[in-house]
Order: sequence, then C-alpha cells, then structure tokens
Amino acid sequence: MKELLKRLTEAYGPSGREGPVRRLIQEEIEPYVDSMEVDALGNLIARKGSGDKRVMLAAHMDQIGLVVTEADKKGFLRVHNVGYLRRPYALGCLVRFENGLRGVVAREVERDDPADMSLGKLFVDIGASSREEALERVPIGDMAVLEPQWAELGNGCVAAGALDDRAGCAMLIQTLKELGPCPCQVVAAFTTQEEVGLRGAKAAGYQVDPALCLALDVTLTGDTPKAERLPIGLGKGIAIKVMDSSVICAPQLVAQLEQTAQQAGIAWQREVLTHGGTDAGAVHVSRAGVPSGALSIPCRYTHSACEVVSLADIQAGVDLLTAWLSQGQR
Amino acid sequence: MVLEELTRLTGVSGAEGPVRDYIMEKARPLCDQMWVDRMGNLLCRVEGRDPQAGLALVLAHMDEVGLMVQGINDDGLISYQCVGGIDPRVLVSKRVRVGEKGIPGVIGAKAIHLQSREERQKPLTHKELYVDIGCKDKESAQKLVNPGDIMGFEPGWTAYGQGFVMSKALDDRVGCYNMLRLMEERYPVSVVYAFTVQEEVGLRGAQVVAQQFSPRCALVLEGTTANDLGCVPAHQQVCRAGAGVAISFMDRTSIAHPALARALRRTAQRCAIPWQFKTFVSGGNDAGQVQNAKGAVAVCPLSVPCRYIHSPSSACNLADVEAQYDLAHRFLLDGAPFEEEG
Repeated sequence: MKELLKRLTEAYGPSGREGPVRRLIQEEIEPYVDSMEVDALGNLIARKGSGDKRVMLAAHMDQIGLVVTEADKKGFLRVHNVGYLRRPYALGCLVRFENGLRGVVAREVERDDPADMSLGKLFVDIGASSREEALERVPIGDMAVLEPQWAELGNGCVAAGALDDRAGCAMLIQTLKELGPCPCQVVAAFTTQEEVGLRGAKAAGYQVDPALCLALDVTLTGDTPKAERLPIGLGKGIAIKVMDSSVICAPQLVAQLEQTAQQAGIAWQREVLTHGGTDAGAVHVSRAGVPSGALSIPCRYTHSACEVVSLADIQAGVDLLTAWLSQGQR
Repeated sequence: MVLEELTRLTGVSGAEGPVRDYIMEKARPLCDQMWVDRMGNLLCRVEGRDPQAGLALVLAHMDEVGLMVQGINDDGLISYQCVGGIDPRVLVSKRVRVGEKGIPGVIGAKAIHLQSREERQKPLTHKELYVDIGCKDKESAQKLVNPGDIMGFEPGWTAYGQGFVMSKALDDRVGCYNMLRLMEERYPVSVVYAFTVQEEVGLRGAQVVAQQFSPRCALVLEGTTANDLGCVPAHQQVCRAGAGVAISFMDRTSIAHPALARALRRTAQRCAIPWQFKTFVSGGNDAGQVQNAKGAVAVCPLSVPCRYIHSPSSACNLADVEAQYDLAHRFLLDGAPFEEEG
C-alpha cells in the first residue's frame, strides 16, 4: 500500500480537474469491483457485491491548488486559490501544471508591507517572457498543484503532498482489495471538488442513494508543538469521527465502529473537530437523509507541501472497514 | 425595447411578480409548455426537433437586489435591510420606490458638513443610512409604508457612449431578455428555460428548479462584475465591458465543466463571436445549485460584463448582450455538443 500511496500522491488532480488521478484509481480497482461509472462532475462510482443494503464509502480525489486567472505583460501568471491553500505554505514552492510544466510561487516585493500575503500580490513564474508566451504554455483556467514530495520518516510515517485525501483514497482502494464476502452492496465513491465545498459528494450521494455512508478523509492532530488542543495523534490508530463542523455523525454508527474496532483489536481513537468538513457533510442531508459517519487518518501539516501520516493508521482503517462491512449493519 | 422594459420593472428577490408576469406574456406564444412552480420560478419548455438530442437547461434569474423596510423611526425616516448584497457606498442619495404603490423615497445620511473629521474618514455602513419618504413623523409614514415592504431602485434607462447603457437590474434582466430571444427558435435539443427567483439571496430558486430536471447540460445566462476602469491592475479587472461575453472557468459557487466550457469557447471562436475569460474568481450564480442538487450536471455560466453591478446605475455594452445571445444560440443550434464523460 505504501507504493500505491506514493503513486496516488504524485498524480495530478486539483478540484475540477481530477482526470489523471481518477484514471489511476480506475486502473487500480478494476479487478476488484463489479462496475464503474463516471458522472458529469467526474465522480468515480464503483460497485462491489450485492445485498439489500447499499453502503457508500466516500474518499475525495481532489487536492488543493492554484488556478491561472491572467498573465501580465512580462509573462508572470496571476492566480487564485482552488480550495483552502494557505498562502504562506505556497510561497517559494514549486508548482506543477497538468502538462508537466513547473513554476515558482512568488509575490510582489513591497518594502512597506513584507507580511502582505494577499492573493492579488501572488504570482507564478514559469520562466516566460511575455503574456502571449505564458498563456500559450499555460492557458487561463489551467490549474497547478504543489510539486509532489515523498519521504519516508521514522516510525512508519511518510511525508508527502496531497495526503489529503489520497491517503483516504488509498485506504478505500486497499479495502476493496482486501474485502471478502459481505452481506451488503459496497459503493466506493471517489468524489470530486470536496475542497471547494463538498460539491461532488452532494451529487454522488443523491445518485447512489445509500442506506449508510462513511467518509474517508484525513484529520488534524494535536501532537505537534503548540498545536491546537486535540487528543488525536499520529500512530494511535484510525480516528472515528464524532463530529466536525459539517456533520454530527450518527451515534449508532459511531458506536458500531468503536465496538467493531474494540472486538477486533484494531487501534482506534475518537475525533471531535470544531472546524473542518468532509463529504459526509454533503451526503448525510441528501434526499431524506442518510445516517453517516467518517473514518479519519490523522495527518500533520494539512494543506501544506509536506503532510505527514502514519501508514499503520491507514492500515488500521482498512482493517476496521473490512471487519465492519463483513459483519453487516443493523 | 424589451430589455429596457424588463429593467424598468421592480422585481426584488422574493417579489418577482411584475417581472414574471411580463415574461409570461411574452413567452406564452413561444413555448410548448409553461408553468410556475411553488417557489415562483417560471419554466418554459420548447421541444427539440430531434427527440434523441436530450434536454438542455438554460437559466437566468428574474430577481434584482433591493431593500426592505425594517422599521419606521419617530422622525418618519425609514430604516432598512438589504435584500441581496449591496455596497452601502453606492446607496447615498439614490432614489427608491417603496412598496406596491411605488412611493418615491431617497436614501440619505448625515450631511457631510455636520460630520466630524473622524466620521468623514470612515465609510458609511447601512446602519447610518435611512430612507426618506418625505413624512414628518412616524404616524404619517405608517399610513404609507409597513415593515416588510420592498424597496427597489428607481428605474431609469439611459443609452450613452459607444453602445453602452446604464440602468438598474442589468443583472440579470440581460439574461432574461436573451432567454426570450432564444425561445423563438426550435433547436435540435429540447430546452427548458428557467426564469429563476431568489438568486441574489442564495440561489434558492435554482435549487428547486434543479430537482425537476435531469438535463444533459445547463447554461446560466448572467450578468457579472466588470472592474475595468480606473487604476485597477489588469489581473483584477474580472472582465471588460465591450470585450464580449465572459465564459467562466471558475467562480465562487462552481467550476465550469471543462469540456462544456471548451466547446463553448470553440463555438465562439468558430462563429467569430467576441468572448473573454472571466479572469477573477468572484461571484456566484445559479450554476452552483444546478451542478449537484439532483445528481451531477455539466454547467457553464455565460456572463455579460456589468460595471457598477448591484447599484442603481449599472452599465453594460449592448454588443456584449448580443454576444451572449449569439453564443447560446449557436451552441444550441449545433445540438449542444460536448464530450460528456467527466
């Protein structure tokens, strides 16, 4: 799964342009699912098994990025953020466009306000010398992502870009591979545009019309210096979400997941976030409502060029999902 | 002229009646089916010549931004709240029409020579403004207006400069106007023209419209902000009045379906229709709801650049209005073709 995760984090896929990462996922899951379809927003919906209960598992394919809005006379690209890309994290970084071209994120140097990180001051340098040349190489509307990174750190941790939410995608793919017979139909939804407002999941939730839904995403940790007071930590197991600002998870679902983890000896921890959201936020109010929850992979430095997760936490998530799906839901 | 007549009607969000009535009268002979849903959206269906060609949804909103009477002060002045987003700085000294009878009023603030130096530095907020309907006390004002009464900007249409017009509510009467023109043609695709309500207060009409159809694609005909004058750097102008219809790739509520947007750009290029990108991610429109309220739908907004948008004197270039019509018309005439897989 480490190798799969590496490939996933290196695949291009900012919100609204998820094609390359979706194709990678399609290739990876094809032998393990019964059918696959792609809808008008680019959601990849894969179905496995049969059974009168339809369980939806949602992981989002998109990552944050920058969209080219203009180019100035000297060939510097002007950009807007796609999703919540924290500007100080992007400054000085290499970015990569869909066609492989790279650029550097920089800002107008203003002596009187060195702290000004506003979007209007940001630009991307692709080494072009005129507006025409710049837009020929990177047309308006094209998007860039932070240059992929990958490093294996101690204690089974990896540092990479886009772990939010390629780690969730890896967890879902691995679950499809390891899942044995189970009494329900599993619908794996690899969603789009989560980072710009859970947009893909809203459509997918309506389309799938599941009995239950679990979102698979990353969550923040409280285990770094001066971090927000959160009990979640890397290496302490998969996090079972109780609530965040987009959803209050169905209590019976949370209880079931905890019980399953406990009985199977799977490392788990509880997650309560006062901000942030996941696809469950969109699905749980779809149609007449869907009992929903989420499993979260603890992740440090989210939305930066180098996020960090523990591989053991992801595997714990896979184990919990396979155990929970196999036993059926009440 | 139909566009002028449309802008002269008062149709603030939630009170779109006069605009809807006008459009219904014009649309009735042009469409095969016409109905008004429970929220007040007006839906007009024109069957396509080719039954295999599927359904296209085209949307424009009937509502405009305005004000609502909140309370009447002892001195007869009216306090208000906004319906839709309005910059308080564009309201001072502007004329309004209050309630169904259209009682004239003017928006005022404390006169400048009475303001302290500190007050003059700070921009006015809505709380410091009031509506003056010329009544000397609360009792006489109460005979004319009630809390909850809608107040629209005073209508007024002036053609000026090289093809420009100034008027209230160009956003989005330009879209409504062009939809009425599109309705005159029977395209290969079936088209539902949705004249929506309450876009300005949160795309609410569109959310309900989206539940009723499963179209192949949806075009939103809008008015968008043009910030092309003064010392605004090029990359913050959004789009320029007179430079053609603005095709969105992304705004605050949707990312345009890439293949649909590409097909529209190609159509514009092929048919020599002036077009531009909307080069700033700003604003929202009905596409935000239609794209995912009932499963996934490919959407793309086409906008007329409007200077001073959401003010009593917004301005646009009639050539851009024409370009918006031309592009939608040519695209529908071709059967609304684009690569449909996401």
